[in-house]
Amino acid sequence: MIVGKSVKRVDAVDKITGRAKYTDDLCDKGALIAKIYHSTIGNGLVKSIDTSEAEKIKGVVKVVTCFDLKEKHYFPTAGHPWSTDPHHQDVADRLVLTDRIRFYGDDIAAVIAEDEVAASQAIRAIKVEYEEYPVVLDPIEAMKDGAPQLHEKYPNNILAHTTNIKGNYAEAIKEEGLKTIEGWYETPTVQHCHIENFICYCYEEAGRLHVVSSTQIPHIVRRIVGQALGIDWGKVRLVKPYIGGGFGNKQDALYEPLCAYLCTQVGGRLVKLDISREETFACNRVRHAMKFHIISHLRPDGSIAARKVEVFSNQGGYASHGHGIAAKAMNSIPQLYPCDNVECDAYTVFTNRTVAGAMRGYGMPQVTFAIEGHTDDICKEMGISPLQFRRKYLMPLGYVDGFSKNELYHDSFNQCMDKAMKYIDYDRKIKEYANQTGDIRRGIGMSVFWYNTAVWPISLESSSCRMVLNQDGSVQVQLGETEIGQGADTAYAQMTADVLGIPFEMVHTVSTQDTDLTPFGTGAYASRQTYTAGFAIKQTALQMKERILKYAYELTRMPIFNLDIIDGNIVRTTDGRVLMTLGELATEALYSLQHSEHITSEGTYQIKSNAYSFGCCFAEVEVDIPLCKVQLVDIINVHDCGTLINPALAEAQVHGGMSMGIGFGLTETLLYDEKTAKPLNDNLLDYKLSTFMDHPHLEAQFVENPEPTSAFGTKALGEPPACPVASAIRNAVLQATGVSINIAPLRPHVLFERFKEEGLI
Amino acid sequence: MYDIKALYEATSVANATELLLAHPEADVLAGGSDVLVQIREGRRAGKELVSIFKLDELRGVKMEEDGTIRIGSLTSFSHITHDPIIQKHINVLGEAVDMVGGPQVRNIGTIGGNTCNGVTSADSASTLHAWDAIIEISGPEGIRRIPIKEFYIKAGKVDLRPGEIQTAILIPKESYEGYKGHYTKYAMRNAMDIATTGCSVNVKLSEDKKTIVDARIAYGVAGPVPMRTPSAEAVVKGQPISKEICKKFGEAVLLDINPRDSWRASKAFRCHIGEVMAERGLEKAIKRAGGVF
Repeated sequence: MIVGKSVKRVDAVDKITGRAKYTDDLCDKGALIAKIYHSTIGNGLVKSIDTSEAEKIKGVVKVVTCFDLKEKHYFPTAGHPWSTDPHHQDVADRLVLTDRIRFYGDDIAAVIAEDEVAASQAIRAIKVEYEEYPVVLDPIEAMKDGAPQLHEKYPNNILAHTTNIKGNYAEAIKEEGLKTIEGWYETPTVQHCHIENFICYCYEEAGRLHVVSSTQIPHIVRRIVGQALGIDWGKVRLVKPYIGGGFGNKQDALYEPLCAYLCTQVGGRLVKLDISREETFACNRVRHAMKFHIISHLRPDGSIAARKVEVFSNQGGYASHGHGIAAKAMNSIPQLYPCDNVECDAYTVFTNRTVAGAMRGYGMPQVTFAIEGHTDDICKEMGISPLQFRRKYLMPLGYVDGFSKNELYHDSFNQCMDKAMKYIDYDRKIKEYANQTGDIRRGIGMSVFWYNTAVWPISLESSSCRMVLNQDGSVQVQLGETEIGQGADTAYAQMTADVLGIPFEMVHTVSTQDTDLTPFGTGAYASRQTYTAGFAIKQTALQMKERILKYAYELTRMPIFNLDIIDGNIVRTTDGRVLMTLGELATEALYSLQHSEHITSEGTYQIKSNAYSFGCCFAEVEVDIPLCKVQLVDIINVHDCGTLINPALAEAQVHGGMSMGIGFGLTETLLYDEKTAKPLNDNLLDYKLSTFMDHPHLEAQFVENPEPTSAFGTKALGEPPACPVASAIRNAVLQATGVSINIAPLRPHVLFERFKEEGLI
Repeated sequence: MYDIKALYEATSVANATELLLAHPEADVLAGGSDVLVQIREGRRAGKELVSIFKLDELRGVKMEEDGTIRIGSLTSFSHITHDPIIQKHINVLGEAVDMVGGPQVRNIGTIGGNTCNGVTSADSASTLHAWDAIIEISGPEGIRRIPIKEFYIKAGKVDLRPGEIQTAILIPKESYEGYKGHYTKYAMRNAMDIATTGCSVNVKLSEDKKTIVDARIAYGVAGPVPMRTPSAEAVVKGQPISKEICKKFGEAVLLDINPRDSWRASKAFRCHIGEVMAERGLEKAIKRAGGVF
């Protein structure tokens, strides 16, 4: 069995030696260089653009503005599977270049030049006249009458409003003896900060547009490029090589449509569009900043009689992934802490901030900060242990969600919490840190979460796989599901090896997705790939095995039911004799003068199930009250993501998510000027992404309860590690200081104000 | 690809002066960790540059005959941190510049560049102010030496006249002999950051280690340029060591510092941490000097 072993990544050597080729490595050095002119206002109209000085600069090939668009093809950017039902399609509100500006940095013109210097000089020489409108940055402000309106079709800037109602909240709160606990919780706008900024290039060949792009979702982007240019989707070929991370930002069509359009404006010549870090912050996608209002009505034993939740999600200037994020956040609360009387409202609201899209956790890190912070506020107020409250009131064993049909099959929450408690010495420390005085105090906090695997039943889940047998018995595997740094290619190879019965080294995962060659799949998102690709791999490998054994029957005259493939050999199961190697069979099959056959297998598996993934985080902090600083001392995440395919890769996945959670909890926030909507800290110096020096040892542990619906017992792990971290840190600070801090990140600025309010400084 | 109009490489200090006089619009390029960043941002795009990077005579730390410590302006941060003369006599400077950026920047960035860019947040600048450093400048009129306090004119502007380059930073013997220091960098993360506020304190104790003979304190980002706080220094001079005197020291800095409100941090916040840093910095410097509380 290879599944379950920490085999070395298939791409490890190429990546650490620098041999692995990324988009920029592949682009011909003679490419024309495109640069974008971004609006220097946050809301308004472009009145005119003077390109005359820019065009005079030596090396400038063409300047294209929003007024040059002959046809306006509005397109959606979200990396969702296309819906053939118009009511479920993503909002098509983008143009490759626009004269209606909705955020600071909107794309209004572009330069194509022979080199980067000429392109930059030309950008600086462009002169733009605007009609400027006031800006609005906060979703609650944006919903008010009289606020600046961003999109005509969406009054009060509300992209969507949905509810989740159960029982009768208004009646339930009349019960006698209830205690009401209310809180507002806020999470920041943060950016993914993948190491490779977005980059793509495009050229025309044989009448088609060939786009090579740093994306998580090649097949989806192909469709969007077709929509944006108003051309048949088959006229577009999208290639995805290795990418330096995405974390959801690249689960959107970012600038592939613009790059492809610019290519068509210079006769199909090769055009490269390499996005800077500043543009990545200001003009790509960010995590939705959210505000939560939670009112809980509790009985003396802590049980929740009724609960009201309001979610206000900051969409930024365009719809992108839209309301899915806020809806997911809202709907998670009644599942995490089931309650008979709930009234939830979620609003997704346009503002002049950077466009919010998908980001690792898709609403869960936000709502977990709110609900798990609120849970500890309840515990403090009611004098209940945070651990006991969760043991009593969390989603119970056997719980089934009516919509997704997800089920809590095992006692996962308690098993995860038990492991974390043991590691961090919870029982001793929670006592030791109670009632501290002095300037420097320690605290311990916890948080739990649940997460879905993939997007069924909200959206399509399917995966397609192709396997091809080589002469030596090795196999190429192709999937539409993408390697984005997480180790997917390695997991696919492990699964294939086990089902086919061949050594791991004999499986070659084709890493590059090329829409001309790779079977259809929707890509890396929703923590779906190991789960969804698992079905397609198993189905394809079983079919492949059947074909191999059928050929083996021809060669050996042994019945198929007495044959198996073990460790790359055709084995007679009745006595265990090796009849031939798979390589001998494959060579004969290809070159046989009697019956030549290229043994391959291919197919689509549509997945109509989903799976709950669970986990927790426990954190220990030291708070320096006079300096308003939180130092993270120790931290552990424990996950039940089913059977681990590759424990070392799973652990690495958890480390990355914890790191992201630490930044979200303590330092990261994208700030905007209130008057102009200009991003203030759109670079890695001023945006405080946490560094190696800000992390203690990151402990990752697992509870392996096999997921019964899954092809390999596995379920979501991509996003979950980022979900419970900020809330655990927040709750540790609460234990240390007695102060509830409800604005993430818990940076010194926030602590300073709160400690002053509480009289600590 | 950098938008540079022309690059002139100086072969000597005198040649650097000639080149700067011949190209009055040119900027001086040392390690490049500020200048190249600003070219990329467009702020200095299309500029002429005079590079002094190859002038090895401006590199290294030496002890002069009279006990003055001479730090060549092109000495990198990492070389300063690991230099035995620095470690023995003014270790706190080595500690302060070890907090600049990350390892790569500390290998390329120079102390001359860190002071010539005139920014208040420079990690070396507050410590050099606290040690009464002298700036050595070479130019068409020869060599002149001025106290670092006079070198800083205003935010982003230092006293360099046409054709002049900074060639060394000098710490006289009387400035360091018998003093021990401590530098606190208050930043939002533990690496790759600029100081929200930086505070460098040094003290000289009496022989019996019971009295503060002298104390000096300087801040970065407490005003438009790095600054000393004379009120605090006066409060503790000649006073016996105690926790209370450290607290008074902290309170007195508020009479002198004048940080501004910005999106990076509020004035109130910077004043608050400035006070805490002074109090704790003095305590730590006293402990390093052998004092006990």
